[in-house]
Amino acid sequence: MVKVENLTKTYDKGSIKALKNINLSVEKGELFGLIGPDGAGKTSLFRILTSLLIPDSGTAQIMNYDCVKDYKEIRKITGYMPGKFSLYQDLSVEENLTFFASVFGTSVEENYYLIKDIYTQIEPFKKRLAGKLSGGMKQKLALSCALIHKPEILILDEPTTGVDAVSRKEFWDMLKKLKKEGITILVSTPYMDEASLCDRIALIQNGEILSVNEPQNIINQFNRKLFAIRASNMYQLMQDLKRFENLNTVFLFGQFVHFTSNNREILESDIYSFLELNNHSDIFIQEIEPTIEDCFMEFAKVENSFEKH
Amino acid sequence: MRTIFFILRKEFKQIFRNPMMVKLIVALPIVQLIVLANAATMDLKNINLAIVDNDLSTISRQLVSKFEGSPFFTITYRDFSEKNAQESVALNQSDAILIIPTNFQKDLLKENTAKLQFSVNAINGMSAGIINYYMQSIIIDFNKKIIPEWKAPTSDMKKIKNISITYAHWFNKELIFNIFMVPGILAVLVTIMGMFLPGLNLVREKEIGTIEQINVTPIKKYQFILGKLLPFILIAFFELSLGLLVGVPLFNVPVIGSYFVLYSVAGIYLLAILGIGLLLSTFANTQQQLMFLSYFVLIIFILMSGIFTPTESMPKWGQMINYINPIYYFMKSLRMILLKGSGFSDILPQIYALSIYAVLSISLAVSRYKKTI
Repeated sequence: MVKVENLTKTYDKGSIKALKNINLSVEKGELFGLIGPDGAGKTSLFRILTSLLIPDSGTAQIMNYDCVKDYKEIRKITGYMPGKFSLYQDLSVEENLTFFASVFGTSVEENYYLIKDIYTQIEPFKKRLAGKLSGGMKQKLALSCALIHKPEILILDEPTTGVDAVSRKEFWDMLKKLKKEGITILVSTPYMDEASLCDRIALIQNGEILSVNEPQNIINQFNRKLFAIRASNMYQLMQDLKRFENLNTVFLFGQFVHFTSNNREILESDIYSFLELNNHSDIFIQEIEPTIEDCFMEFAKVENSFEKH
Repeated sequence: MRTIFFILRKEFKQIFRNPMMVKLIVALPIVQLIVLANAATMDLKNINLAIVDNDLSTISRQLVSKFEGSPFFTITYRDFSEKNAQESVALNQSDAILIIPTNFQKDLLKENTAKLQFSVNAINGMSAGIINYYMQSIIIDFNKKIIPEWKAPTSDMKKIKNISITYAHWFNKELIFNIFMVPGILAVLVTIMGMFLPGLNLVREKEIGTIEQINVTPIKKYQFILGKLLPFILIAFFELSLGLLVGVPLFNVPVIGSYFVLYSVAGIYLLAILGIGLLLSTFANTQQQLMFLSYFVLIIFILMSGIFTPTESMPKWGQMINYINPIYYFMKSLRMILLKGSGFSDILPQIYALSIYAVLSISLAVSRYKKTI
C-alpha cells in the first residue's frame, strides 16, 4: 500500500536533516502508527506522502503511484488531516463538509455512510462556524472532511494532540471502525500510550526509524529487567542512579524513575543497597513490565530525558 | 467548471461573512472621493495679501483697488513699513507682499517705466507659483489699461498693434481641480481593491494553514487563482460604479466618453493589477509581510502615476519608470475617456500596455503559486 525507500529530506540547504534514509512499508488495511517526539520527522514524512513536499532523494509510493510524479492520483486517493486545524474557521460545519466534498467531485450524501458515526456527533452544531467548535469537535469535523471523498488511505498527523482524554479514546474507536471499512490508516502521535492501539508501529527519532514492529513484539524485544524506583528525594535519586555502575538508561516516568542496567542479572537488592549507601530514604523498588515508552527510550538510548505529558 | 463555481461560492461566503469587509467596500469609495477630491485641491481661492503703498498716488490706489476687486485676493494688511509686512508673512497672516515704492506714479508717467516688488511665501512652492501667476496677470492687465488712459494719444500710438492672446482650457474650461482629481481617485480606489484584497486573501490561507488542506485536494492551480481573482474583480467593478455614481453628480464631472470603453479598460486594468497583487502574495508568508511589500510598490506607482502632478514634468528617469507603471496607463485612460471622450482608438497604446501586463502578471502568479510547501 505504502512503500517508502531511502527517503531523505533536508531543510535550509541541507543544514537540517528532517528525514535520513527512511525505509518503510505499510500493508493494505493496516492501522499503522508513527510514534516519536516533536521534531522527529513525522510531519515531513506525511507531507511527502501527501505530495505537499518534494523529497531530496529516495522514493515514496502509495498504491504504486509515485508521490512526486503522480501527485494528481495521490491527491485523489489520500485523505489528509494536517496537524494544525486547517479547515475554514469562517465557514460552518456543514459548509466545510460540502465544500470539500464538492472539490473532490463528490457529494456528502454519496459517502455519508462512511462518516455517519462521526458526523452525527457534530451534526447538532452543523450551522456553527468551524472556528467556534471545541477541540474534540474540530478533530471530528476534520476527520469527516478528510473522509468525505472515500480515500483509500487516511493520513492523520497527530490527530489527538491537544484533545482531551475522552475525545482521544473516541477518536481511536472511530479509527478502528474505519479500519473495518478497509481503509488503510497511517497515524502519527507523540503519545506512547496510543501505540498499543495500532496494528504495527514505527518508532522514529531525529529523522531515523528506530524499529518497526507490532507493539507487543516491540515490547517483547525488550530484553532487560526494568525497575520502577521511588525515593523521598527524586532529584538526588536521578543524580545518584546516573553514577550507577553498568547503567543503561534512567529517566523520569510519572512519579517514578525507570531504570535499566547493562547487567541483565541485576537484582532489586543490588539497587537497594546502592541507594541506601547514598543515604536515600523511603526507597521503593519494583521490577515492572516495559511499556512502548520504555522501549522507545531503550532504542533511542536517551539518558535522562524528562518526559513531557 | 463546476469546481470553480464551488470555490467562488466559498470565497463569496467568506468575504461577506466578514463584517469589516462589507462596511469597507461601501465606505471606501464615498469617503475617499469626498475627502480627497475636496481637500487635495490645487485651487487657490483666498490669497492673503499685504500691501505696502509708499506712493499713495492715484495710480497706486488704482492698482491696489484692482487687487481688492479680484476674487482671489484679500487684503489683510496695509502698512508703510516693509519690515512689518514681512512680519505678517512670518506670522502666517499674509501669503504675499506687494510693495509700491515712492515716486511710482511719477516714474511711470515721466520715464514710462516704474518698479514694483512682490514677495511670496514659498514654503509651498506650488502655491507660490500660482500666487505669482495671479499677481502678474493682474498687473499686466492693469498695465494695458493704464497706457491709453494716462498717455496723451499721439499719432504713433494708433499705429501700435497689440497682440492679444486669448486662451481656452480645453476639457476643463474653468480649470476646476476636482474634475481632474475625481478620475484619479477612482483609479486609486480600483487599484487598492485590486492589489490588496486578493493577495491578502491568499496569504491569509497560508497564514492560517487552510492552504495545506486545499493543496491536497484535486483543485487545479488556475482554478484556485481564478477563485481568488473573480470575486475581487466584481467587487472592484462595484467600487468603480459606486465611485462614479457618487463622484460624477457631486463634482459635476462631465462624462464625455462612453461607459462601455471605460469599463472595458477597467476590466483589463483589473486583471493586470490583481495579477500583480497575487504575484506579490507568492513572495509573502504572512499578511504583514504582504502589506509592507504591496505598500512599497503601491506608493511609488501611485505618486508616479500623475495623480497630482503632470507626468510630463517629471525627470526623464521618472518618465521611464512610468513605462512599467500600470496605474499611469489607467490614470491616463480614465481621464481621457471621462473628460475628453476618447474612444478605443485613442487609447490603444494604454490598452496594449495593460493587456501585456495582465497576461504577464497572471501567468507569473499562477506559475509561482506552488501546491507544495
